[in-house]
Amino acid sequence: MNGSQLPPLLPPSASTISGELDLLFAYITAVSLFFTVAIAIGLGVLAFLYRRKAGDPIPKQIHGNTALELVWTGIPVLIVLSFFFWGTDLFFRMRTPPADPLEIFVVGKQWMWKIQHQEGPREINELHMPVGQPVKLTMTSEDVIHSFSVPAFRVKQDVLPGRYTTMWFEATKTGTYHLFCTEYCGTEHAGMMGRIIVMEPNEYQAWLGGGGGESLTAAGERLFSQLGCATCHGDQAGARGPALAGLYGTDVQLGTGGAVTADEAYLRESITEPAAKVVAGYDVIMPTFLGQVSEEGILQLIAYIRSLGTTTEPSEPAATTVEEADSE
Amino acid sequence: MSDRAATPKTASERPPTRRRRSRYEGDVPREHYLNVAYGLKSWLFTIDHKRIAILYLLSITAFFALGGLMAVFIRLELLTPAGDLMTSEIYNRVFTLHGVLMVFFFLIPSIPAVFGNFFLPMMVGAKDMAFPRLNLASWYIYSLGGVFTLAAIVAGGVDTGWTFYTPYSSTYSNSAVALTAIGVFINGFSSIFTGLNFIVTIHKMRAPGMTWMRLPLFVWANYAAALIMILGTPVVAMAIFLVAVERLFGVGIFDPALGGDPILYQHLFWFYSHPAVYIMILPSMGVMSEVIACFSRKRIFGYGFIAASSLAIATVGFLVWGHHMFVSGQSIYASMVFSVLTMLVAVPSAVKVFNWLATLWRGSISFETPMLYAFGFLGLFTVGGLTGLYLGTLATDVHLHDTYFIVAHFHYIMVGGAVMGYLAAVHFWWPKMTGRMYSEWWGRLSAGLLFIGFNLTFFPQFLMGYMGMPRRYHFYPEEWQVLNVLSTAGASILGLGYLIPIIYLTYSLRYGPIAGPNPWRATGLEWTTASPPPQHNFEQTPVVTEEPYDYSKPIVNDLPAPGAGAEPKPSPAAPRS
Repeated sequence: MNGSQLPPLLPPSASTISGELDLLFAYITAVSLFFTVAIAIGLGVLAFLYRRKAGDPIPKQIHGNTALELVWTGIPVLIVLSFFFWGTDLFFRMRTPPADPLEIFVVGKQWMWKIQHQEGPREINELHMPVGQPVKLTMTSEDVIHSFSVPAFRVKQDVLPGRYTTMWFEATKTGTYHLFCTEYCGTEHAGMMGRIIVMEPNEYQAWLGGGGGESLTAAGERLFSQLGCATCHGDQAGARGPALAGLYGTDVQLGTGGAVTADEAYLRESITEPAAKVVAGYDVIMPTFLGQVSEEGILQLIAYIRSLGTTTEPSEPAATTVEEADSE
Repeated sequence: MSDRAATPKTASERPPTRRRRSRYEGDVPREHYLNVAYGLKSWLFTIDHKRIAILYLLSITAFFALGGLMAVFIRLELLTPAGDLMTSEIYNRVFTLHGVLMVFFFLIPSIPAVFGNFFLPMMVGAKDMAFPRLNLASWYIYSLGGVFTLAAIVAGGVDTGWTFYTPYSSTYSNSAVALTAIGVFINGFSSIFTGLNFIVTIHKMRAPGMTWMRLPLFVWANYAAALIMILGTPVVAMAIFLVAVERLFGVGIFDPALGGDPILYQHLFWFYSHPAVYIMILPSMGVMSEVIACFSRKRIFGYGFIAASSLAIATVGFLVWGHHMFVSGQSIYASMVFSVLTMLVAVPSAVKVFNWLATLWRGSISFETPMLYAFGFLGLFTVGGLTGLYLGTLATDVHLHDTYFIVAHFHYIMVGGAVMGYLAAVHFWWPKMTGRMYSEWWGRLSAGLLFIGFNLTFFPQFLMGYMGMPRRYHFYPEEWQVLNVLSTAGASILGLGYLIPIIYLTYSLRYGPIAGPNPWRATGLEWTTASPPPQHNFEQTPVVTEEPYDYSKPIVNDLPAPGAGAEPKPSPAAPRS
């Protein structure tokens, strides 16, 4: 059924991990085929050899064989552990973004994908990206759970309301690939499809330039002053809220004791639910901005707060500098 | 029993075929559980475990038919890439209903509620379940849950998928979620009651001499499933109840907009719903052990290992739920632990398959309908089990999660495994339950059709899944149409394979040859009494003196004449006065 007329039976393989994932898939398939065929042949041969014939004596009764049981318990254990080790090793690499990824932000909502690039361009149900460069997505949802799936890259990550999830991939081939929502999200779930457009880096730069609009940081800065955040979060000493410059990526001491790293999740929580983790030395006076600023707006605010970061943390993701360079 | 034909049968006689129907004339006992009373009331107020099993059989068949009808609509819609048969609103309700009905109202009760109810007391040599009234209550509760779910259909249906993921189900869905959730919640208690009854019956009601290591493996398998029912079901009932509470009263539990945690729901749901898969498959595996031993005339190979593997599956099965959540955002280290445990839970299943194969070795194998279903089970369950390994492996699961690969995998387990086992049980025990034989020819034909139709339906879905086709899609890109057409074609064969047994089994009730007490010459206490069994199962309490599956002696399709000595007869050497 795999005639030349028919569509291919394998999805395009277009990311740095897709080849290895296919190889792992092939390995499990080889083992599975071996056992399926062995069991089928074994069943057929036994059924044929010992089919009932006229005048069969009553078969000799056999209780079992402990050595045999140990063998056919032990061998499957070793085989499945080999799947486990390879699968886990690859999974950890799939989940750990390399240094200096290109950061793109995704907001899912019923039933569309809203994409924001650092440099300004926004798109819906399409994601333009350069080939040969790791891309890290920071994603959230405005309503229900969605899932960002790109079969050609062999990656998938659920997109949750109320928190950020991340994923990364690096395309190895230019082209257009399917983007699906794979977590059932309501009536038009099947319509929540899109395209990943992988371009040569220079084409991508040209595409970015043509996109227009203000950068994510600039949009965040505008929102920051619109919402009056600076009233409390100013730079002057003795302000009612903690200063934000240099905050991103540092450890914040909390009033309740303990510390928390000021990452995207913490910044988001502090905007939507300010009383949850209050910085030591400050009162719980900030009102919630939940519902007053969209998920995209929160991402812009975070981008702005990140841009305020001076290079106190050497390990800080270089995306900040990329974005600063581009926003000049 | 005194009017039974007294003609002694010789030891070498074979199971019946149509030609020999006259052999069994006159073997029907004068009074049995079916004719002891007539009328609707005698059924609706019965506390006879056998009659309750028949009530369950009729109810789950009705739900299976309705769930199957939904599958027909799904496959017809997916024949073409465009969504042209129905709207997305309708399609989403159709696949949700298919899942809810099949999982909660067919698969979970299927073998335990019908064959467990009917045969578990007989197999341990008891007159009834430990709590007969609780047993009847469980059927009423099941029916009440069913009524709520059907009411939800009338109220416009539900579109959340059978998994009821939050916050879609609790906040966003504009459908009858609360009614369905209450239906599933109520239904859960019927499962808990059945499980409780099984466990107490097995512990307290065993006949003299029926030691734990003499229990049929079907009993062991149901024991393991019952453990899951009573330990797991309360958790899913709670989770689904909380969805209804959040939906009806706006209490923030799962919806982050109300301060809840959507992932918490998934943990609670899968904590039960993964072990629930073992509620479906373990009893089916129990049927395999009975059928394969009987039709190869061999003691089951590795009895202790098969019994232990059921308990191992039930135990480790509680620790693998997180493998449904590898891409949900759960910690990668948690995923790692769930992955390795998932790998290990696969092993006891493999052990069972090897033991069944070893049972065939040097046997005297015949191929009556139940055995054909058992062979079908072995093939399909092997594929279903092995494809589970792709999903337990972290990296491959990322690509395959929520695609048609998953759909294919769990249908190979739940339909290829659990339903094939269910049909093997139907065909194996039908003569005991009804006293009649069905048409062997039609039985074999439908077993063959089901095997072919099943593979044609679901194998292409593995390929679609690897291509990336997401599940629960009403329409899809054109490049996947060929595979979808194959799948729909297979489904039509599969549908035929399900219809034929309904016809010839119903026909056999009136026109089938008389089966006699033990048409398959099987071991086990249920075969030592008349078919259909008398109201209290046995004329005298059986005493067990032998190991299970003792096929070392000739077994006849007959009961010893009252007062006769220990004729060649299976396990119970009933004490004579």
